[in-house]
Amino acid sequence: MATSSLTIGRQTLAAVRLFIILTVLLGVIYPAVVWGVGRVAFHDQATGSLIRVDGKVVGSSLIGQQFTGAQWFHGRPSATNYTGSTSGGSNLPADDKRQEAAVAARAKALAGLGGTAPDALTMSASGLDPDISPAYAKLQAPSVAKARGISLAEVDKLIAAATTGRDVGFLGEPKVDVLRLNLALQRLTAKG
Amino acid sequence: MSEWVSGVLTIACLVAVLAAVHVPLGDYMAKVFTSEKDLAIERVFYRAAGVDPKSQQRWTRYAVSLLTFSGIGIVVLWLLCVFQGRLPLDRGAAMDWHTSINTAVSFVTNTNWQSYSGESGASALLQTTGLAVQNFLSAAVGLAVAVALVRGLVARKTGLVGNFWVDVVRATIRILLPLSVIAAIVLLAGGVVQDLSAPMVIDTITGSHQTIESGLVASQEAIKELGTNGGGYFNANSAHPFENPNGFTNLFEIFLLLVIPFSLPRTYGRLVGDKRQGYAVLGFMAFLWTTMLIVITWAEQAASHAATGAMEGKEVRFGVWASALFANSTTSTSTGAVNSWHESYSPIGGGGALVNMLLGEISPGGVGSGLYGALIVAILAVFIAGLMVGRTPEIHGKQVGRKEITYSALYSVTTPALVLLGTASALMVRSAKGAILATGPHGLSEILYAYASAANNNGSAFGGLSADQPFLNLTLAVCMLLGRFLPTIAVLALAGSFAAQHRRPTTDGTMPTHTPLFAGLMVGVALLVTGLTFLPVLALGPLAEALR
Repeated sequence: MATSSLTIGRQTLAAVRLFIILTVLLGVIYPAVVWGVGRVAFHDQATGSLIRVDGKVVGSSLIGQQFTGAQWFHGRPSATNYTGSTSGGSNLPADDKRQEAAVAARAKALAGLGGTAPDALTMSASGLDPDISPAYAKLQAPSVAKARGISLAEVDKLIAAATTGRDVGFLGEPKVDVLRLNLALQRLTAKG
Repeated sequence: MSEWVSGVLTIACLVAVLAAVHVPLGDYMAKVFTSEKDLAIERVFYRAAGVDPKSQQRWTRYAVSLLTFSGIGIVVLWLLCVFQGRLPLDRGAAMDWHTSINTAVSFVTNTNWQSYSGESGASALLQTTGLAVQNFLSAAVGLAVAVALVRGLVARKTGLVGNFWVDVVRATIRILLPLSVIAAIVLLAGGVVQDLSAPMVIDTITGSHQTIESGLVASQEAIKELGTNGGGYFNANSAHPFENPNGFTNLFEIFLLLVIPFSLPRTYGRLVGDKRQGYAVLGFMAFLWTTMLIVITWAEQAASHAATGAMEGKEVRFGVWASALFANSTTSTSTGAVNSWHESYSPIGGGGALVNMLLGEISPGGVGSGLYGALIVAILAVFIAGLMVGRTPEIHGKQVGRKEITYSALYSVTTPALVLLGTASALMVRSAKGAILATGPHGLSEILYAYASAANNNGSAFGGLSADQPFLNLTLAVCMLLGRFLPTIAVLALAGSFAAQHRRPTTDGTMPTHTPLFAGLMVGVALLVTGLTFLPVLALGPLAEALR
């Protein structure tokens, strides 16, 4: 068995050459192949699961948006205000004074709805959480119905349509897609 | 279905799939590293690089090759970070000088600590041709070192531990790349983006604007998890809906980051010619992983009785259970990807994530590094047991003498020393103290978490820390560098000294290393070493918080 006789200089040269070849393979060819598969087989997902209304992109079904005012369902509090150009959370622990104050303020703002939900009191991890819990949606329904001048039953129907259960029956949590819900709401009231 | 049923089913599903996959994958990896044949594409690589794939290296040469290769990786990545603004696909992303040094070291050491933010700090070119390339190569280097150690254990007085170039090329071409292609396609189908167009500014239905980011995410996400790297394409990492869109992709990503580390004990068993040896190591890893999963899940579940439901820093689509499962898996491997912010966890939940790293990333640890870390624990265990019963400590017929125990001890003290010295020094520096977000004991946990993460090459963070400043960037870079390569050198030295020994025949006097008893002994050693080292500082941090 021959032992390697490469000198340090040749080692370096070998390392540089190998590094270049591997960079081309792993940094150019590999992502390009995956990109190609995305183009051909998963075009919608690969380009961001965009939602279009009358041909115009109004958002992504995966990315939450900021909604204010009583006529809309609101998403979760966001550390990034859903700008989309950045992402992240508050990183505050539960017993931090700033966190306690923020939670108290959110609870106060919700007082008019007659209840509260954990996801309404807390910031998401991404700042872009597209979902709220079914409980939080239900909580908001009466005030949205009132602001839009439609019946609670109609709003409940829209919530049900925007609710998805756990993936494959048991993965993750049941959730309501806020953008989808608000788009349905807008469509309904525009018609009426 | 209650949260409990869904959570338990998710864990059961994960365990079942891992149990099914680790056998064929472990066997396959063993074949990859023992095969006499080179693939055609590999021969092209060897010819172009000018290396002889048939030659074998002593540990010193192997280490020099490894350090040269990694050194070049750091320099090239640093240049890409610095010059990303003058290269194609630039959209204004930039890093400070100290950030670029931190980032280059971070990705080459398999840490993926990120003091930059993905959206504004790294161009698509840097992410794809720089960071993602190191996601592959750093994992391949980890595999190479683990295999070199096992070769040392089975070698019969040859003094040879393999060929570094062959190991890295095979780990990449035959293991990481094909698995990544499959994983990336599954992630694409699940909704992860793979797009090179510029971020899109859209008009929302409320009349305001939103930026929809894009990027070559699916390809990077796959190897980010599979290579236990963990560097997010976006700042929010696997909490970002474009990196981890739903409950299925979440479970799939957890599977990816666990699959190679949990399959390597099987590879080890194959390589030493005794599958039971692999099961003992697997049992050791799985016991620690399960125990910590129970601790973290219990802590978060208990915290969720509050009005906030423990949902701060967690996504609705994952909830408490799938977040805790991710947190435990990412910190017990050296991944460090996050789908929720560990700093907002309950004291014991976040503390559990911290303990996972302080254990030394062995449950099951990083790609390669988990196996060699666990084997060091096994060596310490035979040594301690040998002392207790007055037998010569042996593992696989190789004596654990003065030299071997010295290398093992060096391995074991390096990261704790870096963690404690780093934490202590940061607490004495005003600028570092000013970077802490939290108050009281949680502030200490924040700093301790950072150095534990860097020195153990994890990369997750208590994200409140404003780590993008010279002192933290540079000291954390030193911890990542030394925390990766000093233990690596110790392992290779150990491999070399084992390789130079005869393999002694097994006798009645040999302590078996394949029994449940031995796996239990390993657990005891791991807990004892970690406990003795870190209990005081844990008492001042997470434990003090929990008792408040």
